[in-house]
Parts: sequence; structure tokens; C-alpha cells
Amino acid sequence: MDKKKSRNFKVIDMLLLCLAALPIIIVMVLKILTEPASEGISLTGARIFFTVKMPLQDMYITEAQINSWAVILAIFFLCLYFTHGLSQKANTKRQIALEWIIEKTEGLVNGNMGTAFAGFATFIAAIIGLSAFSSLLSLLGLFPPTSDINITSGWALMVFILITYYKLKCGPLGYVKSFAEPVAFLAPLNVISEVATPVSMAFRHYGNILSGVVISVLLGAGLKGLSSTVLGWLPGALGEIPFLQVGIPAILSIYFDVFSGCLQAYIFAMLTMMYVSSAFNIDEFERRKLKKQQKRLNNYINSED
Amino acid sequence: MLELAIGIIVGCCALGAGIAMVAGIGPGIGEGNAVAKACEAIGRQPESKGAVTSTMLMGCAIAETTGLYALVIAILLIFVAPNLLVNVLLGALAV
Repeated sequence: MDKKKSRNFKVIDMLLLCLAALPIIIVMVLKILTEPASEGISLTGARIFFTVKMPLQDMYITEAQINSWAVILAIFFLCLYFTHGLSQKANTKRQIALEWIIEKTEGLVNGNMGTAFAGFATFIAAIIGLSAFSSLLSLLGLFPPTSDINITSGWALMVFILITYYKLKCGPLGYVKSFAEPVAFLAPLNVISEVATPVSMAFRHYGNILSGVVISVLLGAGLKGLSSTVLGWLPGALGEIPFLQVGIPAILSIYFDVFSGCLQAYIFAMLTMMYVSSAFNIDEFERRKLKKQQKRLNNYINSED
Repeated sequence: MLELAIGIIVGCCALGAGIAMVAGIGPGIGEGNAVAKACEAIGRQPESKGAVTSTMLMGCAIAETTGLYALVIAILLIFVAPNLLVNVLLGALAV
């Protein structure tokens, strides 16, 4: 096996890395170009870039959507970079890292959902990657898409559809019956708890990230005021140096942006796995399948006669 | 008179946000208990540290939910409700 990589290979590598960084850079430029100048505390939601006219309600294309599209594109090109030049023997660093990621997610999914859901590893990895990278965008000073409730609601709605799909796999009658358990008059409460699942998932992710953003902004503004009162007696521009703003917010940022963002991604994925796997009654499904096969066989035998 | 009405609206929204965040006490106590028990468990069985830690983080995240509901209500009261209520008031006065 030749150790030396061809020039073509290296060029494509560099191109893929640049393409992965490009969406983030475009979003940063967009933010610098469109952000209105503001004084003091500026705590706004996602800015609306433009509006698309729709029959029922206008569709707003906001900063959160643009940022999450950028994250999706960046992850896409990063995946292409990682899978570029795969070989049967893991001999490059990137292939070893990639295999580690895949092994870990498959272990997580198999450990939490059982082997019936082995195909879910890619979905869970996608959720963790998208959520973690979206939250980490705030390290670059960009608007993290996960601090917008619309984005997390979308993800939670997706999980809700999956849960309902797996509940319906045991037949629509069984799905309706499952609301009347353990007693029939508890049905309204069961419906509420069914709806509360996606709502609490969306609020949990959104609230955690948003509280970090709010505290960071408040701390920045407070430190600016404090340093101007400490140094305010100095003449001219010397008194306006926000020296307290250097370094101190970074300590909080490690907790709120890095730790909390990654933890919330992990928790969202864990909850997805738990809810989906507990929605699927595998014994009942197998029993129904067997029954159907038996019926088909009987029909076949009858028609032969 | 109008200034007074708007002032009452904004002030009450701020008060409501403060009162809503009293709900932060519950998750604080609950998560403290969870972490204390997890520390005890790790002290008793240090080899199960990984499983205990991940389960504890999971449980903490679930226990946090009520606090986050309160946070969402407080944020709505601070950033959304004053504008909405003042608009309602002005609309009622115009009619």
C-alpha cells in the first residue's frame, strides 16, 4: 500500500474542509452586515431576514433557520471529509475517529433501545450532531438555532411522529385502546400526557440554551458597567476600556455553551431513544405478525382446495 | 392616566416574572438530592461511576423541566407580554 497520497486526494480534502467552513463564514458575514448598531443590553430573538407570502400565514425566514441550514451544510461536508478515502484497513487517523464515533453511537442505541432498533443509530447520531453543533455556534458569537423554540419544536414534533408511528404499528385499535389504560375515565389525562411529551422536550432544550444566552448577555452588560465605574475617573478613552470583560465571561461560557450544549444534545437523544423504544410493543407486534401469516396460509390452503 | 396604566402593566409583568421564578426552588432541591445520592453511590461502589453519572445527569435534566417551564413563563412575561397588553389597552381605548 502506498503511503503517499496523490495530489488530487489532498486537493479534494482541502476543498471539502473549506466547504465545511464556508457556510459558517457566510453566516458570520451575514450577521455583521445585517446587525443593527445597538448600545447596552441587546437581547433580541432571531432576526427576520425576509418574509414569504403564504395563503394561511406568512412564512418568516429567520436567523435561526439560516443558521441551522449552515450547520446542516457544514456537518454534511464534514461527513464527506471524514468518509473520503476510506479503506478496508483502518490506517488513517480520520478513519479511526470515524469508526470510534460509529461504534459509540451503535453501542448507545443497542444498549438503550435493543436490537430491534439497530437502524436508529444514524438518526440518533444526526440528532446529537445537529443539536451539539447548533448550540456550539454561540461560541462564535452567532445566534444558536437551539435557543429558538421553533427549531426545537420541529425536532420534538419529529420525535412525536416517530412515537405515534411505532405505537400504530400494533394496529390502530390497540393505539386507541392504550389511552383507556388503566381505567377508561383517565383517557383525557392520557391524551394530555401524550401531548406533553413533545412540548416538554422542546421546552427543555430551548430553555437550557436560552438561559445560557440570557445570562451571558446580562453578565457582559454588567461587567461593562462595573469596569466603567471602576475606571471612570480616568480621562478620555482610558476610562472606557472594559477590562473586566476580558476572560471572565469565558469561564461561564465553558459551562453554558460547551457543557450545557453538549449535555442537552445527549439528553435529547437519550429521551428520543427511550420514548421511541417504549412506544413499540415488540411482543404484541410479533404476535400480530404471526397471526397474519397464519391467516394468509389458511387462505392459501383453502384456495388450493 | 395612560402612563399610569402602562406603568402598572409593565410593573405587574415584571413582578409576575419574579414570582414565576420562585419555581426554581423545586428543581434546585431535587437536583441537590439526586447529586447527593449519586455521590453516596459512587462512594460505596466506585467502579459504577460511569453508569451512575450518566443516569444522574439524565435524571437532573428531567427534574429541571418544571424550572424551565417557569423560565419560559418568565421570559414571556418580560419580553412578550408588556407589548401585547399595551397594544390591547390602546386598542380598547381607540374603540
